[in-house]
Amino acid sequence: MATNPRPQQQLAVWNDPQAVPYVHIERVTKRFGDFVAVNSVSLKIYKKELFCLLGGSGCGKTTLLRMLAGFEEPTSGKLFIDGVDMTGIPPYERPVNMMFQSYALFPHMTVEQNVAFGLKQDGLPKDEIATRVDDMLKLVRLQQFGKRKPHQLSGGQRQRVALARSLVKRPKLLLLDEPLGALDKKLREHTQFELVNLQEQLGVTFVVVTHDQEEAMTLSSRIGVMNQGEIIQVGTPKDIYEYPSSKFVAEFIGNVNMFEGRLIEDEPDHVRIDSPELGGTIYVDHGVSSAPEAVVSAAIRPEKINISVERPNQTDNVVQGTVKEIAYMGDMSVYLVQLASNKMVRITQPNTYRHAEGSITWDQTVYLSWHPSSPVVLSE
Amino acid sequence: MKQSSTFRLSVLAFGFAFLYIPILSLIVYSFNKSRLVTVWGGFSTQWYGRLLDNRQILDAAWLSVKIAATNATGAVILGTLAGLALARFGRFRGRTLLSGMTTAPLVMPEVITGLSLLMLFVVLDSALKQAFGWNLERGFTTITIAHITLTLAYVTVIVQSRLSSLDDSLEEAAMDLGARPAKIFFVITLPIIAPALVSGWLLAFTISLDDLVITSFVSGPGASTLPMVIFSKVRLGVSPDINALATIIVLLVTLGVIAAGIFMARQEKRRQRDMQMAAAAK
Repeated sequence: MATNPRPQQQLAVWNDPQAVPYVHIERVTKRFGDFVAVNSVSLKIYKKELFCLLGGSGCGKTTLLRMLAGFEEPTSGKLFIDGVDMTGIPPYERPVNMMFQSYALFPHMTVEQNVAFGLKQDGLPKDEIATRVDDMLKLVRLQQFGKRKPHQLSGGQRQRVALARSLVKRPKLLLLDEPLGALDKKLREHTQFELVNLQEQLGVTFVVVTHDQEEAMTLSSRIGVMNQGEIIQVGTPKDIYEYPSSKFVAEFIGNVNMFEGRLIEDEPDHVRIDSPELGGTIYVDHGVSSAPEAVVSAAIRPEKINISVERPNQTDNVVQGTVKEIAYMGDMSVYLVQLASNKMVRITQPNTYRHAEGSITWDQTVYLSWHPSSPVVLSE
Repeated sequence: MKQSSTFRLSVLAFGFAFLYIPILSLIVYSFNKSRLVTVWGGFSTQWYGRLLDNRQILDAAWLSVKIAATNATGAVILGTLAGLALARFGRFRGRTLLSGMTTAPLVMPEVITGLSLLMLFVVLDSALKQAFGWNLERGFTTITIAHITLTLAYVTVIVQSRLSSLDDSLEEAAMDLGARPAKIFFVITLPIIAPALVSGWLLAFTISLDDLVITSFVSGPGASTLPMVIFSKVRLGVSPDINALATIIVLLVTLGVIAAGIFMARQEKRRQRDMQMAAAAK
């Protein structure tokens, strides 16, 4: 397998071998009949983290979350929360609360009663319940809506009620299933930052399930990318974006241009890849450990490719192509450039000044170039 | 265009006439002075007064209401349990059997149900007599039991369909917040499906109130329900006091329907207002 060197992480808790994980998932497998929803997943999540489980639908992320909440029991493997084995402990006895994708607000209760429900189950005195519900509603800015029923609220308000209800019991671990899925784009961006603020303010550990990579990038301290019941890669958003460990991750997170080729030079300090697809060679300024002559893929992000009319002054990492498509997106422009091999390459360029996109037009011959540190070499 | 609208109007008029002329004539003749049902002898309310003096009819009506209410309550309790098992317990052993058994009375001819229940009660009676010396008098108890077996099916279907349209995560959320399963049922599930239970109760009540076939099989000498009394009276010739009774029943039903209509219109209005409120609050 090709490995790409990474800059040394600063002292993050997940790099500290002495740190005790708050949530420890140990080789957990969940089968539904013949279908393996979660396949031998091991994961350590630390206190005060905001951990995102990211993956497409049916990848097992929700099943994993439901096992943490206690709605499903693992077929094999163990789950520890705060060092306690959760096997056989029903949801109502776990130190965990969950925010549901549908919000699951009780339709026959007012906002106040919804939020108070969990505290009532603990048998807290009435006045304490009242003050805690009040504080919580203030925190999510819903204090004047306490007497309303859920159907009298807008989507964003319902989302905040659901959040208040799951936080009011002061859980050490909050599970969120697609928390922003039902909100429109504007409200979603706003709520993302609100959620992060709230998490930092309360010091709660969040585990968020989402299929939206942008959401995962904005929210999380670390992301676990899942596919077909397995965790493919765990890392910070930057790790995952800049150093994907596989083609799947590279393609799932953001856009990427993938060039297949053969390793023709394999030195400790650089490699050179001959790619017929590209119609040239790719020079990468770091070594990879891989079998000689191995077939690999070089992944280059669209924003890391430069597009120019004149041939840039470099011998490696340059290729000629024809502009086939230009999409003006406001903040940036997207170009689709066809190479001699008919391969289409996606390039994004920021529109740093007005009419920055104007100099390049359809069917123009252009040069694509990139820095030798940009490609990521992937062998699978 | 004009022709087709005349056509449509006449079809409508015919349809309404077909449905309501019998009932209207019944109401009109309930105010007939003459003893002969088919001959108009002038306006009078004497049959209503006669009706109030008729102990037999009043007793029968009271018995019918008692049976209908007891039956509806029993059917709602059992039907809710059955509906809950069918909608919530996944694929347990005997699920198909339970589902088939609870809904069988829906398609079973009433004569068969009545006959088999009668045989059951006869056998049960002699068994109880031998074992404990108890007497299973055929009457209120047997009629109620028989009606429950019939109406249970309706309630089960209503409750089951309401439960399966209910978001599972509501119950999961309650569990997540620390409520135990039994508590969740009473605090979350039951209040949410309450409207379904009310309509199930009303349906069971109505079915029981006018059931004649099964009731005739399983009732005993001292217990005649209203439909039985009416039916036996009519067999001897229609008497005007039955017309009066029928008019009162029609009046009650009409009032009930109007009340339900007003209630639903109000609910709809409130829902509309709430939606506007939610939209405005965005």
